Amino acid sequence: MSGPSKYQPSSAVGKWFNERLPIVAFAKDHALDFPTPKNLNYWFTFGGILAVMLIVQIVTGIVLVMHYTPQTDLAFSSVEKIMRDVNYGWLLRYMHMNGASMFFIAVYIHMFRGMYYGSYKAPREVLWMIGVIIYLVMMATAFMGYVLPWGQMSFWGAKVITNLFSAIPFVGESITTWLWGGYSVDNPTLNRFFSLHYLLPFVLFAIVFLHIWALHVTGNNNPTGISVKGPQDTLPFHPYYTMKDAFAIVVFFIFYGLFIFYGPNYLGDPVNYVPANALVTPAHIKPEWYYLPFYAILRAVPDKLLGVIAMFSSILILLALPWLDTSKVRSGNYRPVFKGFYIIFALVCIGLGYVGAKPPEGIYVVAGRILSIYYFAHFLVILPLIGLLESPKPLPSSISDNVLAKRRMTLMPAE
Amino acid sequence: MATANHTDPNRRDFLMVATGAVAAVGGALVAWPFITQMNPDASVRALASIEVDLAPIAEGQAIIVKWRGNPLIVRHRSKADIETAKAVKLTDLIDKASRNSNANGNVDATDENRVVAGKEQYLVMLGVCTHLGCVPQSDQGEYGVVTGNTTTGGWLCPCHGSQYDTAGRVRRGPAGENLPVPPYVYLTDTKIRVG
Repeated sequence: MSGPSKYQPSSAVGKWFNERLPIVAFAKDHALDFPTPKNLNYWFTFGGILAVMLIVQIVTGIVLVMHYTPQTDLAFSSVEKIMRDVNYGWLLRYMHMNGASMFFIAVYIHMFRGMYYGSYKAPREVLWMIGVIIYLVMMATAFMGYVLPWGQMSFWGAKVITNLFSAIPFVGESITTWLWGGYSVDNPTLNRFFSLHYLLPFVLFAIVFLHIWALHVTGNNNPTGISVKGPQDTLPFHPYYTMKDAFAIVVFFIFYGLFIFYGPNYLGDPVNYVPANALVTPAHIKPEWYYLPFYAILRAVPDKLLGVIAMFSSILILLALPWLDTSKVRSGNYRPVFKGFYIIFALVCIGLGYVGAKPPEGIYVVAGRILSIYYFAHFLVILPLIGLLESPKPLPSSISDNVLAKRRMTLMPAE
Repeated sequence: MATANHTDPNRRDFLMVATGAVAAVGGALVAWPFITQMNPDASVRALASIEVDLAPIAEGQAIIVKWRGNPLIVRHRSKADIETAKAVKLTDLIDKASRNSNANGNVDATDENRVVAGKEQYLVMLGVCTHLGCVPQSDQGEYGVVTGNTTTGGWLCPCHGSQYDTAGRVRRGPAGENLPVPPYVYLTDTKIRVG
């Protein structure tokens, strides 16, 4: 994984260049020959899918900026112009708009995969924490992007989310005024969000580089959760995983394409096709689907400051996950009790998302509170206790043995 | 040359700390313009004031006008509105401060302290929910004047369900403060200047 490269340039020019900038050697070691556990399943392809989605978002975003105007009087109509007048503008905008949703679908699968197979455990704590930071930057980027079309949901979403900072004691008001550049969300707010929405994807790109760097120090986790013990446990990344990832990306693009071409507005809120109006709040204001679980947690707490703290804690608690899970066994495949609670936790997250989309009244308030408490209990009570009380199943002796044992089972089921 | 004593602070340590301090102060000075450029600019700060004619507002009607980018609610309250607001005990309020920019000091949130004496029928306040800034809807919620299925007076925030009474005081969370009353004066009997 580290140490001197085995790459030997064949030509004299290649040798001359490699001695001065060993970029080809670096690419060969890390993108082609990188030893990867040979038992990775399709849940492990979402990292590659995410990298591709980031590129898709950057490329479509750059071309959209060629036609968009970040000014409150013109923003909405410039987006409509993209939809109606710009050549293939409808396609580029729908790719970008649904690309954000696809990005979040992939990141949620990627995160839940990490939680199931214990990919956050030693020695991958820093890799996991960089991932949480990527997720936070992604959320900020998506939020600011959603404001740009300057529809009703853009405006009121921006107002509600920036107002979260007003809950900070003493300096809250000054911070929101500073964020807005005025006394309400207005043109200065739109301008700065546009600037940052263009910047943050490149910041993401840099952090993703750190994420992959950290991955290449420890190597991949795998479905058994046990460490690589030698060359018999691994395969070179290329062609084995370049092909597997490529196939997964194609399948994912088919799914993505179904939304672009057959339901481009299915995941969005129709109210955002009404131009922003600072004097009328839409009857049911709710964020995009990917924020809903956290929105439900915010609303579950009847106190403003505590609600905001609960919402941010629900994400930041992921940073502490490597130390909250006390089990030494990584993979959920060998942890029968954990497996059950993991499924409950996933259902709770979906439940929170459902509650977040509903108006804050009646049964939804009660449900939101119960689910929010369970969310935190999973991290603070359940995970630490399972690790101490559960007796895990015996682990295979090596990745290779595990693969071969499975192979024997399928070839000779009679035995 | 004297042997360097690495345990005691010497001239070199002093110079290092002093240089570091100058660099830190310089860094902060350079950072400030980059931070404060995001604060409201001169055109926004130039305190915009507006005049509102109260005469066309019928009893029981509320109008919304835009002031400093925010909705300003002006409501012509009915007798029932005012009586309902006056009947509320101070101990029942979530926020006991008047939140009235025209008040002298920090006074209690009685109905009298939310309006101008002699002009109790006109309630002037920002229509910005003190929770997360949505515009509360008029004639909604449980704290207006409820007769049968209809509510008059009272506000309900559609975003997170905060409720305000007929004097714009918060009665149900998550909002924690009463709707703020901006600075305003009566120019004539039926005209006010806000800001």
